[in-house]
Amino acid sequence: MYNFDFVKPSTVEEAVAALQDDEAQPLSGGQTLIPSMKQRLNAPGTLVSLLGIEALKGISSADGVLTIGGVTNHATVAAEAGAYPALAALAAQIGDPAVRNRGTIGGSLANNDPAACYPAAALASGATIVTNSREIAVDDFFQGMFTTDLEEGEIITSVKFPIPEVASYQKFEQPASRFALTGVFVTKYADGVRVAITGASEEGVFRWAEAEEALTANFSADALAALAVPSNAMITDLHGTAEYRAHLCKVMTGRAVAAAH
Amino acid sequence: MPKDGIGASTKRREDIRFLTGKGRYTDDINLRGQAYVHFLRSDVAHATLNGIDTSAAKDMPGVLRIFTARDFDGVGGIPCGWLITDRHGQPMQEPKHPIMAEGKIRHVGEIVAAVVAETLDQARDAAEAIVLDYDELPAVIDMKAAVQADAPKVHEELTSNLCYDWGFVEENKAAVDAAFDVAAHVTTLELVNNRLVANPMEPRVAIGDYAAHDDSSTLYTTSQNPHVIRLLMGAFVLGIPEHKLRVIAPDVGGGFGTKIFHYAEEAFCTFAAKQLKLPVKWTSTRSEAFMSDAHGRDHVTKIQLALDADNNFTALRTDTYANMGAYLSTFAPSVPTWLHGTLMAGNYRTPLIYVNVKAVFTNTVPVDAYRGAGRPEATFQLERVVDMAARELGVDPAELRRQNFIRKDQFPYATPVAVEYDTGDYEATLDKGLELSDYAGFATRLAESKANGKLRGIGLAHYIEACGIAPSNLVGQLGARAGLYESATVRVNATGGIVVMTGSHSHGQGHETSFPQVIAQMIGIEPDQVEIVHGDTANTPMGMGTYGSRSIAVGGSAMVRATEKIIAKAKKIAAHILEASDADIELKDGKFSVAGTDKSLNWGDVTLAAYVPHNYPLKDLEPGLEETAFYDPSNFTYPSGCYICEVEIDPDTGKVTIERFTAADDFGNIINPMIVEGQVQGGVAQGIGQALLENCSYDSDGQLLSASYMDYAMPRASDVPMITVDHSCQTPCTHNPLGVKGCGEAGAIGSPPAVINAVLDAMHRAGKPVAHIDMPVTPAKVWAAMNH
Ligand SMILES: Cc1cc2nc3c(=O)[nH]c(=O)nc-3n(C[C@H](O)[C@H](O)[C@H](O)COP(=O)(O)OP(=O)(O)OC[C@H]3O[C@@H](n4cnc5c(N)ncnc54)[C@H](O)[C@@H]3O)c2cc1C
Repeated sequence: MYNFDFVKPSTVEEAVAALQDDEAQPLSGGQTLIPSMKQRLNAPGTLVSLLGIEALKGISSADGVLTIGGVTNHATVAAEAGAYPALAALAAQIGDPAVRNRGTIGGSLANNDPAACYPAAALASGATIVTNSREIAVDDFFQGMFTTDLEEGEIITSVKFPIPEVASYQKFEQPASRFALTGVFVTKYADGVRVAITGASEEGVFRWAEAEEALTANFSADALAALAVPSNAMITDLHGTAEYRAHLCKVMTGRAVAAAH
Repeated sequence: MPKDGIGASTKRREDIRFLTGKGRYTDDINLRGQAYVHFLRSDVAHATLNGIDTSAAKDMPGVLRIFTARDFDGVGGIPCGWLITDRHGQPMQEPKHPIMAEGKIRHVGEIVAAVVAETLDQARDAAEAIVLDYDELPAVIDMKAAVQADAPKVHEELTSNLCYDWGFVEENKAAVDAAFDVAAHVTTLELVNNRLVANPMEPRVAIGDYAAHDDSSTLYTTSQNPHVIRLLMGAFVLGIPEHKLRVIAPDVGGGFGTKIFHYAEEAFCTFAAKQLKLPVKWTSTRSEAFMSDAHGRDHVTKIQLALDADNNFTALRTDTYANMGAYLSTFAPSVPTWLHGTLMAGNYRTPLIYVNVKAVFTNTVPVDAYRGAGRPEATFQLERVVDMAARELGVDPAELRRQNFIRKDQFPYATPVAVEYDTGDYEATLDKGLELSDYAGFATRLAESKANGKLRGIGLAHYIEACGIAPSNLVGQLGARAGLYESATVRVNATGGIVVMTGSHSHGQGHETSFPQVIAQMIGIEPDQVEIVHGDTANTPMGMGTYGSRSIAVGGSAMVRATEKIIAKAKKIAAHILEASDADIELKDGKFSVAGTDKSLNWGDVTLAAYVPHNYPLKDLEPGLEETAFYDPSNFTYPSGCYICEVEIDPDTGKVTIERFTAADDFGNIINPMIVEGQVQGGVAQGIGQALLENCSYDSDGQLLSASYMDYAMPRASDVPMITVDHSCQTPCTHNPLGVKGCGEAGAIGSPPAVINAVLDAMHRAGKPVAHIDMPVTPAKVWAAMNH
């Protein structure tokens, strides 16, 4: 780790002000940022911890929308997002207890790791990412691996999830990291089905449009029978080929449909 | 009788300190004024190193000194402990293994420079300011490509990348080939034994310390064998005589072989401490461990089994490429040869065997012994080819094995690969395994799995290992550059308590619990009267340490011999006090009595007399009660067993889950059944890791792809089922005093072929026959095998 300054403001305004500095970077649970700093792959001049901002923590539900503060950790979501059971279940499967008690939803979405779980939930839920300065529709938010629509110094303050009729997240774990080798989040709303897939694509989390259409017409795994995800944009690595991941997209989508409740 | 003597499942006394955070590991040691070293390691696999510019770095804050290869002129290379003689009678090619890269870089992770600074961060900062001038060379990674005539050479001074071409038994080659020519059936299998990283929980640590007042050096290190490190480092690398060098390996958090070897970092810290007159400490990060701890396995093998028309094995031949990595680590050359070739008979009567091994240098981390060392590689290929033969011939794999077993009445049995098994009963472990695994009830479980849309398979494997390493005169003939005896000093204190100073080292094996059980049994006192001291060359006799499942068989035997001397002397003292003759003294339940009388003395009366020799035969007997014994075994020990694995496969994803696992072992006599069960469970977990998860992978440029836990999959509790462990089949070893065989490696040896045989069986039963699948059988690989 290199030396850095550390500030821990208690309001969003103070945090935003502190982040005006070019070298400053927000810190939430630190489950991604701290390891990369320890390996000297990342060297922020100032860490602006968001953990002191109580207003960014917690979960509320009103008018069919579940709102999660940007600095809410995974363990809290697992325990308290009962209004959206598939989301609570997703949070309960992230990492291990230490990770779940530190890592946050805002950190996860801002980081947009191509194998992370929350991006699939947000995209499948048509969520709105609320920041200190604006609201971003999730379809505009993710812009490829590790890239989002966030500006420098912009922080996620909350995420609004419209609660679906039924939903399920099915994660097939990468054997080493236990992140998603391929994870599929399926939701069914009155106006249609959304399918978001993480872990599989070179472009990061994506929606599987053909499956959404077929499942909107017939919400059953059988509806997927004739469909296939093309393997050309899929990831090939030590843990699976593009072809295997494309296959898993379909298998996990079918399982999510079958398990949705 | 003591209530916790031999055979009692006493809880491990050491666990109290480990589980409550009171262990004292090397990294817990901090010496006053210590400096820290950060090693600058190469991030390229193969390069000519033209220069190292330290001018900016050396003036950075806190930097005490920067070392490069030039500072080690006059210092030896890291020695190799075993010389292999090849098929043509020539010695292996043995390149220098420098402490730091000398003009050439040969693997990712090789040390190029070392920065010693007041703090670790200062050392790391300065290392970043070092400028390397190098020209990258094409990397040599694939073993078969490495031995082609036009391959780039890892070591220019050698004739090729071939370390040795070993044939065993060379004189049998023609007869073996002839047997294949007339065989009724030949089964041929090509396979890979995947490269592994041991990953003990505690990474390696070294602290060098120098005392100017007596010109002596001390090394604190994470070692399985501090005396071996003292010998190798003192005599061959740094030129420090043993009486000026102390090596301390305190609590060690797992070794699995990878902490046997002498590493450059140990020599560096000892050397730098003397140069700087300051303690110098290094603690490996996990990232460093992946690229600097010796790796394990990495064999590519073709094996062939010849059978006659009645399905008797008539001959076996193998062709193996064994990866040495860039340099020869301490025991590396012995692993694919004497620890592998000699095991190729397995549990079978195969009369003719020929093993060829080509050991190859590549631009990768050195490869050496890892739990089982050579024996898992032998067992895997043999038990795979036997299973494959059974399938090809349409016979039950259990029965094909039974038919070819060495029978109970044939022991001692001399195999065609130079070893003589003293005892064994392979049918007994097979029958026990079949019974405990409910082999007969498999069909019911298969039907249940099918109903759930899953594939199910059952696989078995038998193993034999050669443990209790090893008779020194024999291994000396085979090229070992050390003896392999073990030692113990038994010190009885005046008030009767006992301290045993052993050359064996405990780093998870539970010596501190099981060794006292033996002494308690011999004397008839409780084990808590006995303390085990190990891990410090200053207070233990010269011993060779812990590996090769040798602690109880060799170290325990030394302790028994020393205790026998103690008892003999104590009886003389008792005889004197009781005014009887030595021969009439009996020791039972901690009491000396004169046979046929009611005259007796307690253990403590005699020990006190030894140190307060008022009424004592001083003319004939020295005072005191302390004895040392060195034990050199007359043969290896040969544990064996039957492992049966049952798996389910999810056909949609290819994911394999282990549903049942049974281990029926013959370890001879057993001191502490609970510890033995734990050793088997741990070994099986590692074997399951190798079979399903673990794979150390390089790309063709020599970059380590699986360089962290993000990509190197370790087994976790959820990957390992409840394991049924049985060791009721016992054919005691005939040549050591305890009749013990050793159990440390069995689990890791027997389990991989059982798992793979089960996976292939499942595919076969599901109408998706696959002849072979290489480890680890990841979901992606299984799915691909079933769908292509
Ligand atoms: C062992 C382990 C296992 C894991 N397993 C999984 C898994 O299975 N699935 C999974 O999805 N994830 C997994 N993770 C990742 C984990 O969920 C992290 O918590 C998450 O990726 C980052 O959240 P954080 O709060 O720790 O962010 P930090 O590490 O603090 O920050 C990450 C990045 O986001 C930025 N950032 C943080 N908060 C905000 C904000 N509110 N607004 C804007 N930018 C912000 C930071 O500047 C930084 O760039 C695992 C992590 C570990 C260490």
